[in-house]
Amino acid sequence: MGRLLTVKDLKIYFHILAGTVRAVDGVDFHVDQGETLGVVGESGCGKSVSAMALLQLIPMPPGELVEGRTEFEGLDLLRLETHRIQQVRGNRISMIFQEPMTSLNPVFTIGNQIGEAIQLHQGLSARQAEEKAVEMLDLVGIPDPRRRVKEYPHQLSGGMRQRVMIGMALSCNPALLIADEPTTALDVTVQAQILELMLDLQKKINMSILMITHNLGVIAEVANRVIVMYCGRIVESANVHSIFHNPLHPYTRQLLASVPHLGADQTRLQEIPGVVPNLYNLPPGCDFHPRCAEAAESCKLQRPELNEMEPGHWVACGRVARGGA
Amino acid sequence: MNEGSLLSVQGLKKHFLLDRTTLFGPRERVYAVDGVSFELQRGEILGLVGESGCGKSTLGRTILHLIEPTAGRIFFEGRDITDLKPGDLKALRAQMQIIFQDPYSSLNPRLTVQNIVGDALKTHGLAGGDEVPDRVAAMLDKVGIHREKMRCFPHEFSGGQRQRIGIARALILQPKLIICDEPVSALDVSIQAQVINLLGDLKKEFQLSYILIAHDVSVVNHVSNRIAVMYLGKIIELASNKELLTKPLHPYTQALMSAVPVLDPDKKKKRIILKGDVPSPVNPPPGCRFHPRCFKAMEVCSRVEPLWAEVEPDHFAMCHLYGACQPR
Repeated sequence: MGRLLTVKDLKIYFHILAGTVRAVDGVDFHVDQGETLGVVGESGCGKSVSAMALLQLIPMPPGELVEGRTEFEGLDLLRLETHRIQQVRGNRISMIFQEPMTSLNPVFTIGNQIGEAIQLHQGLSARQAEEKAVEMLDLVGIPDPRRRVKEYPHQLSGGMRQRVMIGMALSCNPALLIADEPTTALDVTVQAQILELMLDLQKKINMSILMITHNLGVIAEVANRVIVMYCGRIVESANVHSIFHNPLHPYTRQLLASVPHLGADQTRLQEIPGVVPNLYNLPPGCDFHPRCAEAAESCKLQRPELNEMEPGHWVACGRVARGGA
Repeated sequence: MNEGSLLSVQGLKKHFLLDRTTLFGPRERVYAVDGVSFELQRGEILGLVGESGCGKSTLGRTILHLIEPTAGRIFFEGRDITDLKPGDLKALRAQMQIIFQDPYSSLNPRLTVQNIVGDALKTHGLAGGDEVPDRVAAMLDKVGIHREKMRCFPHEFSGGQRQRIGIARALILQPKLIICDEPVSALDVSIQAQVINLLGDLKKEFQLSYILIAHDVSVVNHVSNRIAVMYLGKIIELASNKELLTKPLHPYTQALMSAVPVLDPDKKKKRIILKGDVPSPVNPPPGCRFHPRCFKAMEVCSRVEPLWAEVEPDHFAMCHLYGACQPR
């Protein structure tokens, strides 16, 4: 598999009254062709900001791109001029968002909204674009697409709207689809429909997916590789089997133990004590040490770097690196 | 009615009338809860699962009289509480409390924690004067909030802490029944476990009974003794959590269970993918409400509403597949 996207040392800070929020603080990752990379973490860990930065969707100011390089089809996405990033957005890289209601425009028809990107990127006429929009709706499994294409977002259910978003995102055959919590707002039976649809379409057009979610179950279902983020940094990165069967970072392990498993005994869940720290007032040393069950004195001193513990399995934990885990 | 049961709900209905769409047109009805019966034993946790719009929150609120029922009866400790006068209702409320989903909007931002938690004591005349801060402090200890923070306002707390405050507010009257309406769905994954464990600890300490309303099947399954599955205003299956997990009878329950993602990438489940979306409760389908999406639908399903039957001991379902069983 070829390398599709490389991100190196991405740092995005926000300057607010209370101080500087290091939303993303030195993140490296890559996405290969045809693979699904899962990004998992709790709210405020920087997973959405990293993804939105790739398409220059972070307002600056208050945001600031402090550092970072990307490579995607020979382009550094972070520094493209506006008209050039516009050629990438919705064309080579497209994005679907969490809330399908607020991300569709209520005053335009579905067909109009899908057709816009098609006209822009493929230079088709309005009529041809509508034809293509009907095709896309059919592809994402919306019944009676010829009628639906003329309808407005409020006439569709939540699951249908998310299908429309997916149809819109895939209309220009993107190389990379960024899905930011695509099923969080949906019911679990509809979530199953949407995930199956995404994986099915991924095979058809061989695209890569960057799947951002806080739901570990969704990650287990769809991802090939996983990165776990905490406080703006990657704490663990490995293939999906290692993450679930051999998690090395204490945060990953505790996170997995804190989720109720269907079918497991009703034993006490393992809690992660405390809360995620404020990003403008991070603890010294490892970000996770105040909540970590395995923290040692040394964890308060030095912020651990990512180390490759096993081939392809990277962990940022001082104790693991010293063989103390 | 069973002797030991704390709460008994019989044929409960709640229909909401919609505004007229035309001047002289009829007012349409939302059949939010449409004939629900169950019993809750003392010390039991009954989970109520279903997808958005199935009426599970409306059911919880109707039991508490936060919404007046359209039809049906509610018994609490053997006493019919359906048509209580306002004064009696107030006394009853000390026995039944609710914990809400959103810890941000369910606490008054202008009140201190002491007022939020303690005002109920004054309202119900259970404590007054200097006693209130002591009682509040003791309760805050129980839910894991520092008593020094009693004079703080809600915005000074994180989401998980606010949910703890909401729990303290519900518990301070020493109720017998608590309805938890999606108590953890607004919280981060690592905080959810804290709140779930806290609810479990408090149940033991105060001998509480819970009705736990949630859309997350794994949370409900982890906590509950029995689970009721709702679909479009009706309970379609009711069984112990183990039975429901290992032997779901109703096709909807089977699909719901199979749709829950497993935390293991090597175990790919055989998934039942349902077609379409939940129909509108304004116009529920005739016959069995699930038949348009059902993968086992028969001809009879679109015509006749199935009966609520005890298919196996203590395992109830409402489905024509089990129609040969004795109706209850």
